[in-house]
Amino acid sequence: MEILFFYLVAGVAIISAFFVVKCRNPINSALNLVTTFLCLAVFYVMLESPFMAAIQIIVYAGAIMVLIIFVIMLLNFGQTINGRYTHGVAAAGVVSVLLMLVATQLVRSGDATGTGGPVTSALIADVGHTELIGRALFLDFVLPFEIAGVLLLIAIVGALIIAKQKV
Amino acid sequence: MITVTHYLMLSAILFAIGTLGVLTRKNAIVVFMCIEVMLNAVNLTFIALSRHVGNMDGQIFVFFVMTVAAAEAAVGLALIIAFYRNKETLDVDDFNMLKW
Repeated sequence: MEILFFYLVAGVAIISAFFVVKCRNPINSALNLVTTFLCLAVFYVMLESPFMAAIQIIVYAGAIMVLIIFVIMLLNFGQTINGRYTHGVAAAGVVSVLLMLVATQLVRSGDATGTGGPVTSALIADVGHTELIGRALFLDFVLPFEIAGVLLLIAIVGALIIAKQKV
Repeated sequence: MITVTHYLMLSAILFAIGTLGVLTRKNAIVVFMCIEVMLNAVNLTFIALSRHVGNMDGQIFVFFVMTVAAAEAAVGLALIIAFYRNKETLDVDDFNMLKW
């Protein structure tokens, strides 16, 4: 039953990711991208990572997609670039199919090892996923966390300065 | 029974689709969205392997990938707006102002 659900959601994710590439209208691409993000959030829930699923929806499907759709609407470029919309499809198709074959072959050529770490399903059910993330983030990864904050600040300032009408 | 291999295969396929989009599309915003697909494929790999190994580090990596993706979206879209204001186009073939 679970495997059927996996294949269903995986199919939706792959098809909507393909339509991100295929759709001529950028708004359609953006909506398909939201579908892909929601399917990935479902996978995160199936992998017992509900906090990651929540921030996947809030940050990706919420913040980043709203920003992208906002820019598409703001620029209002209409039909100017929809007409002639691809180049090098054959070569790019060959490259990406090769990439996919190599990657899937690598995945299939052996089993992933190294199981048996401290975080088990029982621990997640007992302590809670958010608390485990919080412990790891604020005990082991404090410095990267602070650097991420500085990075976001710099990104905000940079975006403002770049997009301003007159500097 | 869903194994980690299923997730890794799905992730490889999504990454290849994202690559196809980056290589073929002309609209800079769509190229941008295809990069997000690739980032999400990598995130799925991270979380699947993190659960498989039983370690939290992979999910912390996903957290930082999301942070960097948000910063990238803000700066990248600002660049696209500035570019569109100057050139009246979003065709990636016209992104050649640094070339002489």
